[in-house]
Amino acid sequence: MQRYLLRRLLQGVLTLFVISLIVFLLARLSGDPLHIMLPEEATAEDYATAAKHWGLDRPLPAQYLAFLGNALRGDFGQSIRLRQPTLELVLERLPATLQLAGASIAVSLLIAFPIGVLSAVRRGSSLDYAGKAVALLGQSMPSFWLGIVLIWVFAVMLGWLPASGRGGTQHYILPAIALGWYQVAAIMRLVRSSMLDVMDSEYVKLARIKGVAERWVVWKHCLRNAAIPPLTYIGFVVAVLLTGSVVVETVFSWPGIGLLAIDAVRYRDFPLVQTIVLIYAAKFVVINLLVDVLYVYVDPRIRYQR
Amino acid sequence: MSVPLLEVRDLRTWFFTRWGVVKAVDGVSFAVGEGETLGIVGESGCGKSITALSILRLVPRPAGRIVGGEILLDGENLLDKSEREMRRLRGSRVSMILQDPMSSLNPVFSVGNQVAEALRIHQGLQGPGLWATARDMLRRVRIPSPELRLRAYPHQLSGGMRQRVVGAIALSCRPRVLIADEPTTSLDVTIQAQYLRLLKELQQEMRLALVFITHDFGIVAKMCDRVAVMYAGRVVETGDVREIFNHPRHPYTQALLASVPPLESRVERLASIEGQPPPLHTLPPGCPFVPRCAHARTVCRQEYPPTVGVGNGDGHRAACWKVAEGWDG
Amino acid sequence: MAIATARVDEGAAGTAERKKAARRTPIVVFVAVLLVILVIPALFAPWLAPHDPLEGRLAHKLKPPAWLPGGTWEYPLGTDPLGRDLLSRLVFGARVSLSVSLVAIVIGGLVGTVLGLFAGYFGGWTDALIMRVVDVAFSLPTILLALVLAVVVGPSFETVIVIVALLLWARYARQVRGEVLSVRERDFVAQARIAGCSHLRIIFGHILPNVTNTLIVLATLQVGYVILLEGTLSFLGVGIPPPSPAWGLMVATGRGLIVSAWWVSFFPGLAILITVLALNLLGDWLRDRLDPRLRQV
Repeated sequence: MQRYLLRRLLQGVLTLFVISLIVFLLARLSGDPLHIMLPEEATAEDYATAAKHWGLDRPLPAQYLAFLGNALRGDFGQSIRLRQPTLELVLERLPATLQLAGASIAVSLLIAFPIGVLSAVRRGSSLDYAGKAVALLGQSMPSFWLGIVLIWVFAVMLGWLPASGRGGTQHYILPAIALGWYQVAAIMRLVRSSMLDVMDSEYVKLARIKGVAERWVVWKHCLRNAAIPPLTYIGFVVAVLLTGSVVVETVFSWPGIGLLAIDAVRYRDFPLVQTIVLIYAAKFVVINLLVDVLYVYVDPRIRYQR
Repeated sequence: MSVPLLEVRDLRTWFFTRWGVVKAVDGVSFAVGEGETLGIVGESGCGKSITALSILRLVPRPAGRIVGGEILLDGENLLDKSEREMRRLRGSRVSMILQDPMSSLNPVFSVGNQVAEALRIHQGLQGPGLWATARDMLRRVRIPSPELRLRAYPHQLSGGMRQRVVGAIALSCRPRVLIADEPTTSLDVTIQAQYLRLLKELQQEMRLALVFITHDFGIVAKMCDRVAVMYAGRVVETGDVREIFNHPRHPYTQALLASVPPLESRVERLASIEGQPPPLHTLPPGCPFVPRCAHARTVCRQEYPPTVGVGNGDGHRAACWKVAEGWDG
Repeated sequence: MAIATARVDEGAAGTAERKKAARRTPIVVFVAVLLVILVIPALFAPWLAPHDPLEGRLAHKLKPPAWLPGGTWEYPLGTDPLGRDLLSRLVFGARVSLSVSLVAIVIGGLVGTVLGLFAGYFGGWTDALIMRVVDVAFSLPTILLALVLAVVVGPSFETVIVIVALLLWARYARQVRGEVLSVRERDFVAQARIAGCSHLRIIFGHILPNVTNTLIVLATLQVGYVILLEGTLSFLGVGIPPPSPAWGLMVATGRGLIVSAWWVSFFPGLAILITVLALNLLGDWLRDRLDPRLRQV
């Protein structure tokens, strides 16, 4: 088991490394940042000094190594536009993004699992069809538009909830829905289909033969097995939430990393972009590792592999 | 034959599908007494397994339904019981061993957990007592070092071991009737022999009424006292195992036996009989074996034959016009 | 007996299935109608659209839809802040969305399929290398890289296609590889090898035809996803550049006007919703039809 987790950890580190390389190269391709930093009347000499100051005059591999070395020491460089350490800027915004994503995942799971299980158990019932309709709608709706419509209805027309910004609990409701709807749909469908597979299996038949009550057959024998595919999917959910958070944060002016990222890209603030992408990637890797640990707990077949 | 413990009378289990009504089990009758073994033999799809599931009232829903007949356990009709009563009875009075040990254990629970579950449900055992009983059960099915195995997960055991665990689960609450649905089909030949011996021993120890479902006449010869041959959802011939082996009367039984190597030699699979079993949703009137039967006459195509007693009246019966009208003398 | 049970189990779903089939037929018709409604305008946009999608009259800016006070039938769905007809822009927008998606899927699909075929067929190092890259591709924070890329090369029609194709290929590679692994073991492949076919011939002549169903289903299911993605990119200002009538861009335009002129962002979003919904329904239907094994896709 340790070896399995260790292997996953190494894979994660490798992914991070590749991403750092890609991001570094892409950011350097995005044009000379000095054009944005320096005033228009700057001379060639000014450029040379600035380049030397930011280390932009060295060959690319050297620049990358320097970047990597600093990053490992926790120094991701300074934001060109905001003149602050990028890590500080990102960490400042991190809680807002994590809270929103966390709220949205929690709500999605709480809604999606029971409905997915019940629509499998009562296959063909009206609940099943309603669930399917919600799922289809969810997977077809652009989250940026859903966010705008939610604002229009609940903030502008009804005036029940705030339209934007971060504050009390009521500020979380609309963004969490906009962010989570797609997940609810996806997880629900996955739970339903894997429940159906499991319910057909021989061991479920055996549980019934033993005289286990139907309720326990479903919620104990089936669900634990059926939870495995959706769990793997949670890694992917996180990826979609990252995408979503950029969009939803834009729509709701939520002061998180997504909003920061959009600004950073717009101003070609590449140290900041690098940091954000790396932090996102690290989050992704960490969460996938957590999912692996959870996986090991749920599925003993993995627990004892080698 | 002793007093029957389990008696199935004219059982009909039909499936209502989009292709029409599939009469998977259509008028099956048999009886098993305490300590007795009845073999149910037939090709794939003849309704053997559905018969077994019907006894436990676990026919796949919503399409499958038991539409007629009686299932008497100690004189009580199981078809009159509520779902709750059935549940109390499953595993405790009637139990079953499924075909494939690789898939009939839940991969996410430990062996001990799964053996203990039935004990907890039916006997209300808890804590160390529960664990000790589960361990005794594993010992009973001759699993070496049962304490260790209790903590193992299914994937850590071999196929033969797993099937023993399934046996332990099925027998844990000391049922009176055990249905074994091809329990050795997916095991290696040597493991098969061991498992059959174990099953036989346990049956004698516990005075089980055993219903043994198989397609393998070789196993029938070893295990069973009586045998019922099924074809297309009905019992076509039934009787004492020696009698059936020595004097098969139904052409289908004859064909099955002709394709089995001599008694006591091992067979992997039933050598094929010419032709296919008929699709059950388009059964013609008359005897369904007609297309594959060398003796078929007009009457066979028109009406299903009556089941008549043959020989010296020790319960040997067959459903065939040839037998009923004595064409074969 | 397992086979028979399985068949009977299928039958068990029979009554439910039959009901479902009965309900599904209208859904298919519904989807077909929707797609026709979408595709015809996309094909014949220049003849069908009442106005030029790019030219607006400021005097007519922010006209509400015809059925609201102040609206006219000249602009059935109203106008945007530049006085451009919303309906015409929607009709031309269908063209943009569908063409971007199709081209991106064809490119991503081709690359992914070829790599998947190679990985599955040759195995060993080829497989390990390609699948490693696929793993990394799956773990990239896609939208952020898309943002970076869009800024690097500047937003344009081609950039969007490249970004989307970059995000799609890994999916094909993984799916196709899995299929190839099982197809490879079948007898006709051995037969072809005995007959002296070259590797390429076996891959493209014998194996590829066996994975086409998968490809069709995957592609259909992805059109919807890609339209959403393109919408998102355009909404964030890194997709199709203005003044093109891209749906996502139009939603972004109306974002700030939700209080005074809701229709500007509502209708384009609705267009995306309906299109993607129709495509998802079609994809589900095709999948059930062609390849039930793809249920997890």
